[in-house]
Amino acid sequence: MLKYLEGSHGVSQVVAMCRPNVISAYPITPQTHIVEDLARLVGEGELEAEFINVESEFSAASVVLGASAAGARAYTTTTSQGLLLMNEVIYCIAGMRLPIVLTCANRAISAPLNIWNDHQDSMTVRDAGWIQLHAEDNQEAADLHMQAFKIAEQTFLPVMVCMDGFILTHAFEPVDIPEQKEVDAFLPPFKPQNIVDPRWPRGIGLYADPRFYMEVRYILHRALEKSEKVIKQVSAEFAKAFGRESGGLLKTYKIEDADLVIITMGSVAGTIKDLIDQLEDEGKKVGLLQICSYRPFPRKEVYRVLKDKTNLLVIEKSISLGRGGILGSDVRWSFPRTEKKDRKISCFVSGLGGRNISISDLRYAVARVEKEPVELEFLGLNPEIIAKRDM
Amino acid sequence: MITASSEDLYRVEKKDLFASGHRACGGCGQALAARLVADAAGENTIACVATGCLEIFSSPYPDPNWRIPFLHSLFENVSAVASGVEAAYKALKKGPVNIIAQGGDGSTADIGFQSISGMFERGHNVLYICYDNEAYMNTGVQRSSFTPLGAKTTTTPMGNTTRKKNLPLIAADHGIPYVATATVDDFRDLQRKVKTALLINGPKYLHILAPCPLGWGHTGDLTVQICRLAKATGLFPVFEIINGKVTNVVKIQEKKPVEEYLKLQGRFKHLFKKGAPLKEVAAIQEIANQNIERFNL
Ligand SMILES: Cc1ncc(C[n+]2csc(CCOP(=O)(O)OP(=O)(O)O)c2C)c(N)n1
Ligand SMILES: [Mg+2]
Repeated sequence: MLKYLEGSHGVSQVVAMCRPNVISAYPITPQTHIVEDLARLVGEGELEAEFINVESEFSAASVVLGASAAGARAYTTTTSQGLLLMNEVIYCIAGMRLPIVLTCANRAISAPLNIWNDHQDSMTVRDAGWIQLHAEDNQEAADLHMQAFKIAEQTFLPVMVCMDGFILTHAFEPVDIPEQKEVDAFLPPFKPQNIVDPRWPRGIGLYADPRFYMEVRYILHRALEKSEKVIKQVSAEFAKAFGRESGGLLKTYKIEDADLVIITMGSVAGTIKDLIDQLEDEGKKVGLLQICSYRPFPRKEVYRVLKDKTNLLVIEKSISLGRGGILGSDVRWSFPRTEKKDRKISCFVSGLGGRNISISDLRYAVARVEKEPVELEFLGLNPEIIAKRDM
Repeated sequence: MITASSEDLYRVEKKDLFASGHRACGGCGQALAARLVADAAGENTIACVATGCLEIFSSPYPDPNWRIPFLHSLFENVSAVASGVEAAYKALKKGPVNIIAQGGDGSTADIGFQSISGMFERGHNVLYICYDNEAYMNTGVQRSSFTPLGAKTTTTPMGNTTRKKNLPLIAADHGIPYVATATVDDFRDLQRKVKTALLINGPKYLHILAPCPLGWGHTGDLTVQICRLAKATGLFPVFEIINGKVTNVVKIQEKKPVEEYLKLQGRFKHLFKKGAPLKEVAAIQEIANQNIERFNL
């Protein structure tokens, strides 16, 4: 049913309909509304689950780790400092192949302290062995959670659903909230494997010496690569069941005869599409490639859709300090080394710490790369502040 | 299943649930304690273990020596992991099952202090066992907050200058229903405490003194004697705290001076070198005296 509600509220309603057995989370802006909602749903008896009020994100992640290892469908949510505090457990969850779902309400990282949106937080754990899916809008954020549990439980990989903090979590939009029976039909009950149970005594989380460790990591890497297929398939099943496109590996917009392709993730895709429409009216052919599955990074698919494109513009909300754009390097790496094509890939780090990315900012970026490629530029910097503070 | 009859409680159990084949040093107090704990708890038990010596010597892939389910995640989160296991059992309406979180003094009192406090305060039905060998042994004998005054470790090369943190009392002040201390020389007492704890619903804390021959500088055959001296000097009081009340204090039969305990261990050798200041040993004796008075040993 179409409901006009806040992004966080849509997510928590859908998560509840996915029937997690154990939820543990710690409040942090802008994720708080999700935890509060779920605590209320459990408290009021609408959702039959254990809600564990922990003393930190480190423990929240550890509680869901333990719960998942004991056979429960387990869910947590965090952002920014909370995700960084979880870091060690995040790696452990993936290494132990526990199909946990986590919502990351993407937010910037200290210092300076900043509660607004960018993608630096989830980027810090991109190498941890989690599937990372980025939502474009609140409908997709809600939908991706149904898909996330299904993907996680088929692949035994944890899934992080990334949604832009405030821009999505606190925005009111109409969201189609499914019926419980529709969710039940889409998402079968969890069939755990390898759990701690006295009926079948086994060790989980053993240590592996140099004879075994690399193989375990290789198998994990391969599992992530293989999960591309499952992500696509689950997105297709979702489209069939609910009649709308959501998730998958990537999406494109007006890309076919585009001379310039913008590549991005998350909610800024909406603004970019508006710009593309405006530019089209002005006679310019610009397209969009939107990454939904950031990990696994669908490099073959990216290559397939960008093979014939020579002018690429990456708009991304994170940076590897001292190196440059992160999504930018993933895109660069998607083309075979043997390819002789003269391809220009420009990268704009944008919207850090909640800086608005306006249509005119994006227009400027497009105009820039139409002239010459840009290795790395911070979009919309204020030179006055820099002049005062630069050392 | 454990019942409350005293015959059951006082029987020494040997079930080999922590079987042979582990890689602990000879005379390791922790290996002995882990075996006693597993056998007392029985088959219907899940062992959650923190990173540390116990985890390393008992769980190499592919052949752990546990015969009960074993779960290890990290150094500092075993209390939260066990909380999650308990939550899953509740949510899935499985069980009853004994859930035992286990860790060394470092994982319990230092890096995992926040996590254990959270588990106590939330009231999970978990028995926490701390194997206290008074230092970070797994990484090569570095100081922990349980390292006693005067003890040499690799990070207190001149001898430790602080007193042990008193976790049993801190645990009890969380308002949990059962706290106890034990030593590995007294099998019956240790196993009775495990069984007693598992009969109680809610968080329980059992603190076991577990000598480490390598880290403490004694031969493996002295593990039992050192435990007895730790009790006879008053340095390690053995008691239970049931619903906040100290009870079943193990009385000292024949009081010994702390020198007798200290002199058996290389980590205290510097205290007895020619010309060493006598005030250090006197300060340790004072700690023992305070314990004797406080717990009426
Ligand atoms: C976050 C983190 N910091 C440090 C370590 C290294 N480390 C592993 S075990 C250990 C000490 C264990 O000491 P304790 O808990 O007392 O157990 P013991 O080995 O003495 O039985 C340390 C420092 C680690 N594994 N993880
Ligand atoms: Mg120790």
